[in-house]
Amino acid sequence: MPKTSAEVQGMGHSMKRKEDPRFLRGKGNYVDDVQLPGMLHMDIVRSPFAHAKIKSIKTEAALKVPGVLAVITGETLAKYNLHWMPTLMSDTQMVLPVEKVMYQSQEVAAVIATDRYAAADGVEAVEVEYDPLPVVIDPWEAIKPGAPVLRTDKKGKEDNKIFHWEVGDRSGTDKAFKDAEVTVKQDIYLPRIHVASIETCGCVADFDKVNGKLTVYMTTQAPHAIRTVFALVAGHVGLSEEKIRIIAPDIGGGFGGKVPVYPGYVIAVAASVVIGKPVKWVEDRMENLQADSFARDYHMTAELAAKKDGTITALRIKTLADHGYADAAANPSKFPAGLFSVCTGSYDVKKAFAEVDGVYTNKPPGGIAYRCSFRVTEAAHAIERITDVLAQELKMDPADLRMKNFIKKEQFPYKAALGWEYDSGDYHAALKKAMDKIGYAELRKEQAEKRARGELMGIGICSFTEIVGAGPSKHFDILGIKMFDSAEIRVHPTGKAIARFGTKSQGQGHETTYAQIVAEELGIPAAHVQVEEGDTDTAPYGLGTYASRSTPVAGAAGALAARKIREKAKKIAAHLLEASEEDLVWETGKFSVKGAPGRSKTIQEIAFAAYTNHPQGMEAGLEAISYYDPPNLTFPFGSYICVVDIDRGTGMVKIRRFVAVDDCGNIINPMIVDGQIHGGLTMGMAPALLEEITYDESGNIQGGSFMDYLVPTSMETPSWELDKTTTPSPHHPFGAKGVGESATVGAPPAIANAVVDALSHLGVKHIDIPITPEKVWKILKEKGVAE
Amino acid sequence: MYPAPFEYYAPNTIAEALSLLSQHGADAKVIAGSQSLVPLMKFRLATPAHVIDLRKVPNLTGIREEGGALVIGALTTHRTIERSETLRKKLPILPEAASAIGDPQVRNQGTIGGSLAHADPSADWPAVTTALDATVTVAGRGGERTLKISDLIVGPLTNSLNVDEILVSVRIPIPGAKSGSAYEKEPHPASRFAIVGVAAALQLDGKGVVQQARVAVTGLGSKVTRAGYVEQALTGKAPDPAALKAAAARTAEGIEVRGDNLGSAAYKTHLASVIAERALRRAAARAVER
Repeated sequence: MPKTSAEVQGMGHSMKRKEDPRFLRGKGNYVDDVQLPGMLHMDIVRSPFAHAKIKSIKTEAALKVPGVLAVITGETLAKYNLHWMPTLMSDTQMVLPVEKVMYQSQEVAAVIATDRYAAADGVEAVEVEYDPLPVVIDPWEAIKPGAPVLRTDKKGKEDNKIFHWEVGDRSGTDKAFKDAEVTVKQDIYLPRIHVASIETCGCVADFDKVNGKLTVYMTTQAPHAIRTVFALVAGHVGLSEEKIRIIAPDIGGGFGGKVPVYPGYVIAVAASVVIGKPVKWVEDRMENLQADSFARDYHMTAELAAKKDGTITALRIKTLADHGYADAAANPSKFPAGLFSVCTGSYDVKKAFAEVDGVYTNKPPGGIAYRCSFRVTEAAHAIERITDVLAQELKMDPADLRMKNFIKKEQFPYKAALGWEYDSGDYHAALKKAMDKIGYAELRKEQAEKRARGELMGIGICSFTEIVGAGPSKHFDILGIKMFDSAEIRVHPTGKAIARFGTKSQGQGHETTYAQIVAEELGIPAAHVQVEEGDTDTAPYGLGTYASRSTPVAGAAGALAARKIREKAKKIAAHLLEASEEDLVWETGKFSVKGAPGRSKTIQEIAFAAYTNHPQGMEAGLEAISYYDPPNLTFPFGSYICVVDIDRGTGMVKIRRFVAVDDCGNIINPMIVDGQIHGGLTMGMAPALLEEITYDESGNIQGGSFMDYLVPTSMETPSWELDKTTTPSPHHPFGAKGVGESATVGAPPAIANAVVDALSHLGVKHIDIPITPEKVWKILKEKGVAE
Repeated sequence: MYPAPFEYYAPNTIAEALSLLSQHGADAKVIAGSQSLVPLMKFRLATPAHVIDLRKVPNLTGIREEGGALVIGALTTHRTIERSETLRKKLPILPEAASAIGDPQVRNQGTIGGSLAHADPSADWPAVTTALDATVTVAGRGGERTLKISDLIVGPLTNSLNVDEILVSVRIPIPGAKSGSAYEKEPHPASRFAIVGVAAALQLDGKGVVQQARVAVTGLGSKVTRAGYVEQALTGKAPDPAALKAAAARTAEGIEVRGDNLGSAAYKTHLASVIAERALRRAAARAVER
């Protein structure tokens, strides 16, 4: 039950989203809605080759196209030393090439014109002569000795390796495997996919030559960090941080894809600085899919060691990570493989070892998340798939195997073998709830009957543990900036408030949930708490929204800033009530004198007094700011059960039922949490059944448009059934854990496990996602059961 | 995603439209519902210098019964066909096929005539109209002429119309008693075009034996194709499940199947048999009922 009234709408109320009226009425303000006087338009010439020397770029014809004002090439940028830029992972990537292109669709030149159509006509007219080079697409080929070295720009580089990272007890794990009664091993590939947010990336760069101020309206999840990156990268050409203003207006989906700095942003900024007029660049859908940071592309080999009774004794995972031609992931600096080391999952695994090797290929750079916290999806998929492989090997029910190995409720806080301290959890309760809700025992009976009739039905379980809310400053930074986040609250004289945060909503509903946090802490109705984010000139510095960190980090800062305000409010109340502070008690929205309930002052009365009648010796006003450095990460979890039916004729997998029991700790807005899970499940179904980007041997992208990169719509989406358990985070100010990414992490293994389960009696142990109808049909045919 | 420059015309009469076409010849393209040509123009895969929009030309829409046939105006939208009570009664295969095209937005704009003239090798209408033995009426400066679907659609995205002709209507004979037809497809997950689509029309005789079978396949080859072996295999047989299955197994025979990222040639060949069997079963059930 919520503690606050329906008027206050604090935590636990399903308040309708404050931002929705403007979205539903088409009144959102996205980057492409920004129109500035004299604004020019930019379009980009892209490479048809995956690896080629640039022999020449001829711009004469393009410059003759009516409306075209300039063509920017790598040579143009090289004059300012802006043709290369650093990635967030301390690698480098080209803004525009001067020598060679490294992947198909790489930016080659930019055309600036007076309207968008003229810019596109100009792009057609730019003539580029290429000399194709040998292409390396397969990462296994890339690591072989003698493979063509791709990063010839790096002096002395003799191979295509980027990094080797490992964690855990290698020798202890090896010994556990040697001593094991049972071991299983499975190659698992998580393919390259793309977040495909509905709004593509873009910006309007507006350099004011008179004041020397650069304003960039930009599709970014992390405006403050971007400002600092711009200041660091372009400091040498005179851009200093106080003269840079990044505005992230309404953002139509991020999912990790709007964390990196893309070449297009930098070119648009350079063009605006040189020309002195605003320059708009907005990608089209194909550019977005073909050139922006991809996710995943992890070639994993997972192994489990166990006793015959099913007790897991050790986990070992070796991974080859294809990063494309540059490591442009957006991980915390000390974590080249992100938080992959959460791969022991929900299980009490005593010995574990994981290693990841990063490698260059002729593909777009990246390695960002796809709505998950830094490689958690990869980790969850590995452990949840290999657990089912073990269950099959032991002929154990996968639910029983999980129940047997779960970390027990009383073991929390739990120190995992790979170093993390899990804050809280009750994994048995979540799985039990999911099994009861879906009717697990009956489903197994039905499955047995169907198998006898030759029908294919599968039940898949995934009991995932996430690791979100990066992160504690001891370990977590991006380019040295610690991963705290911030909130600043000002209470106005009439008792209303404005609250600004260092994060940036991309559709998550921060304007509502943050207001509810403030409402919970101060008793000011959430309807009267105006939330703002995304403008670096006004909001406090923060690291942004990704990796489910907004509620765990910035949300905590909001609560702490509100508590600082409450402290001051108490002093003002004591002054107004002529009582001592020790005699005051707080109940939502007011201070009362102990034992004299009639004597009280509401937060509104106190706010008014803060500006009209504040105590002598106290500063006027009622505001506070908090920078929150989380003491630990948070560990949301859940158990998902999926039931599939397989069409033996077409190989089509149909999700019949899907029960998702989530535990994200204390909930701010149940409706928004449900919405996050519904959307996340659909987005998790996507890579399980539909989405994949592949390349042919020449490096041509397959899956570069929405005709062949298959994102699900409501038509493909089954009816999700949700439930929850609530295990608060013990270290978070209001016990929340974060929820935005649980479903994308948990859904793919549940679906994959269900399909494999449907075919397990035929000897099928594993299928890589996406599980397409043809993949299934081939198996059915091979096993002689295709219709 | 930004088309090359072009001139736009919205003529008010068919004569005006025909005159524009003969004036601009091969540099001109006609648009009806704009669902196929406009995306190609945005990708600059099609760069017509002149675009002639037929939506202001009167009398190109609507469904009417005429001399034992249904005549559907070329600019009739998929949505209108989907919702037509007349068609539901007379030829339920048509609303059924219409309802599986794209999504409601596409169905509200896209037209049957546009789809046929565009001749996409994965479109639904070519298969359905072929199975139903439909014809199209084409207007030119010298008057009108009638074409079978197999004479209209000659290759991928290629029709046989002269540059100064316009498709104005589709004529579908209303089948008599003991006839049934059905359309089944495996839809492309993005576009809902057919990965494989099969339209089957069966005419039974008094004893319940197949007198005539017309089976048309879309998605498999470079254009809509009749599955002649299936038709032959069924003629003179009772449409029992075994006969339908055996016949359906021959659906892709004689068709050069294109493999792509949604399915290898082998998978699509198999899929065609599965889809054909399902279409035949429903067509047979309908024929028995009538």
